[in-house]
Amino acid sequence: MAEVLLEMKGIQKYFPGVHALDNAYLSVKKGEVHGLVGENGAGKTTLMRVLAGILKKDGGTITFRGKEIEASDPRHALALGIGMIHQELNLMPHLTVAQNIFIGKELKKGIFLDERSENKQAYDMLAALNIDIDPTIPVGKLTVAKQQMVEIAKALSYDSELLIMDEPTAALTENEIQELFKVIRDLRERGHSIIYISHRLDELPQITDRVTVMRDGQYIGTEETRSVTKEKIINMMVGRTIYEKPKVASTVPEGAPVVLKVENLTGRNVKGVSFELRKGEILGFAGLMGAGRTETMRVLFGADPATGGKIYVNGKEVTIKSPSDAIAKGICYLSEDRKAFGLAVGLSLRDNCVMASLEEFTTGPFTNDKKIDETTWEFVKKIDIKTPSIRQLVRNLSGGNQQKTVVAKWLIRNSDILIFDEPTRGIDVGAKQEIYKLMNVLASEGKSIIMISSEMPELLRMSDRVIVMCEGSKTGEIDIAEATQEKIMTLATMNI
Amino acid sequence: MEVKKDYLSTRKQFDKTKLLAPAFMVVLFVIGLFQSGFTFIVNSLDASYFIGYMAIGVTFVIITAGIDLSLGTNLICAAIIGGYAYNALHLPMVWCLLIVVAIGTTLGFLNGLMVAYLKLPPFIATLGMMMIGMGLGAIVTNVTTERYPTFGSPGAEFKTIFYKTTADSPLGAGIPLGAFWLSLFFIISMVLLNKTKFGRYTYAIGSNIEAARLSGIKTRPWLTAVYTFCGFCSGLAGVMYAAVYTSIIPSTGNGFELLGIAGAVIGGTSLMGGLGTIPGTMIGVFIMSFLKQVLFGWGFQPHVQTFISGIVVILAVLLDQWRIKQSTKVRKV
Repeated sequence: MAEVLLEMKGIQKYFPGVHALDNAYLSVKKGEVHGLVGENGAGKTTLMRVLAGILKKDGGTITFRGKEIEASDPRHALALGIGMIHQELNLMPHLTVAQNIFIGKELKKGIFLDERSENKQAYDMLAALNIDIDPTIPVGKLTVAKQQMVEIAKALSYDSELLIMDEPTAALTENEIQELFKVIRDLRERGHSIIYISHRLDELPQITDRVTVMRDGQYIGTEETRSVTKEKIINMMVGRTIYEKPKVASTVPEGAPVVLKVENLTGRNVKGVSFELRKGEILGFAGLMGAGRTETMRVLFGADPATGGKIYVNGKEVTIKSPSDAIAKGICYLSEDRKAFGLAVGLSLRDNCVMASLEEFTTGPFTNDKKIDETTWEFVKKIDIKTPSIRQLVRNLSGGNQQKTVVAKWLIRNSDILIFDEPTRGIDVGAKQEIYKLMNVLASEGKSIIMISSEMPELLRMSDRVIVMCEGSKTGEIDIAEATQEKIMTLATMNI
Repeated sequence: MEVKKDYLSTRKQFDKTKLLAPAFMVVLFVIGLFQSGFTFIVNSLDASYFIGYMAIGVTFVIITAGIDLSLGTNLICAAIIGGYAYNALHLPMVWCLLIVVAIGTTLGFLNGLMVAYLKLPPFIATLGMMMIGMGLGAIVTNVTTERYPTFGSPGAEFKTIFYKTTADSPLGAGIPLGAFWLSLFFIISMVLLNKTKFGRYTYAIGSNIEAARLSGIKTRPWLTAVYTFCGFCSGLAGVMYAAVYTSIIPSTGNGFELLGIAGAVIGGTSLMGGLGTIPGTMIGVFIMSFLKQVLFGWGFQPHVQTFISGIVVILAVLLDQWRIKQSTKVRKV
């Protein structure tokens, strides 16, 4: 059996008020891809940051290549042979590919930098990974997938025997993920070990050999990927059983009226999209990244200009030129990037809740604080936002509760058509269930929902009908009773 | 998979929009030459020396996504204390000039400590330093105007070396040697920014300081070094200011830094960090000074010159944003 490369034992880490790592354990063998999973806040990233020398541990031992180590900073960790590829890619966008790879260990001729050799060596390194990237262009001009490859090359340039990848596929398309997996498998062949953190449990059997599950900063267990089911892993992650069964049939009542009709909508990366949305329906939008789903919704919402097409709300044609037009018609858009577009995280829960409908809460120039508080409480209870106070800053809420806050904001605004763009991205399994429950309740109360999602199980579980897009066009429409992952995937790759 | 390109030998396609700013500078230069010939060159240069040094220094700082508002008052503070050392303490001129450079460098170093170690926002740290510099010069000199010796008097030799020659020079009278020194410094700083670790890290810090730190770069000392270098440049600017203008009035200098910053910004340095070049900055500086001279030649009053310069700054940055947008539009990587 392969020997153990890394063993982390009894790792302790305290943050102010939080016991982030409580006797955490991890053991990685030589030449294996080791999955590390757990809900948000389970301590995966913290454990890895300790390993990579970014955080200091408060207790425990780390044994690497048979010797006890403690990396004092990232550079030290790299020198020891441990490289980390961060979730938020850590590259300098204005520097070239080669400059990024050689940062901190520049090649020099005398006192001057030797750019020519750097470029040449960077090219060779990338070529060795079978990656075709011009080493002289600024990294900021590359796609995220290619930037990731640069990060990998950079980590390997330190002869890292152990690579840590923190959610590497979060922003990649299906094709790019396969490319990445190819590189990972190739690295494994060459004897590198990889710790692979992911939220996408479906990826684990494709790429990992073993999986370690963490929960609440503690070690839960390690399993052979081959012999473990997804349900078991989820069970280990949440400590309870959650069933992820697809919906079998549409729950939209017969003859429910069409509330939104879109005809031949065009815009940037939106090529003549038509669809109908009925009252109480959850309409899933499937497709690969870049398929034009978000773009379609942005055009529909008035955030980006439409170059053609018609929109009918409740049977009447409407003109939507800006988000405020859309909101006035009862359409709201819940962006996938909650922090950037959906919430003012520095403000309180109540301020966020009434932000879109403040005119209803004012008397003359003054805000009616009593009414604001009452309404906010009403919705906090209704959709079960977990918060000690409505004056809590949104920044301090968990991802799931932040998502609910956005929903509350739009419900208070009296929106009937809710567009959810990746509603469960970056929130943990438990909170996902809550969001699903909420969406089902909203639909049963007669709200109509459009849900863009890149997670197949989520689409199959939530939608009444699925629309598939590819390269800006609608390539298919499937009733949930007939929908399968394979069918959706075929439609999603039709134009490629 | 597409065929592998030979990236290393192919020359990059040249971005023609990059020529807009230099072309504008050349047009102004030609107009100026027709207006007043050699005098135009001399007048433009005289006004550009101290701005040039400041602009080069602040370019490094802006590339790190910082700013230095204290440049202007620091240069006056340094120059006035140097003058005080000469007039009141009767130190040899060489020492006084070294004091000028040393004071500029020290104030820059303090800026660096505040930004890198005390984590003050650069705007605040250098705003404070701007007032400190203004006050310090006046305190040391007890609010007296310090005069450097005029051409020909003893102690003024530095002027003939660093500014322009006099009749007894083997080169002949009125040769703007300052242009030579500024060009030399221009080349040195260009090499520093593009060919050394110091320059590479300057860009790296401005582009993504966290990534730089996680790559094992000791960002705090390097950032301090950048501000120190900028202070050093303001010291050099102080020497040139003394050489050209002779009288240093206490509590002035406020606003000079903006001329340097404007030069850098017109030259394409991004206040968001990570972008900027020394040649761009110099072009920015000369666009400003040529424009002033040309407007002067057309009979515009100084306040009108300033007004129009302001418009040029805004247009230049708009143009630059448009240019960057164009150049990223065509990319397909």
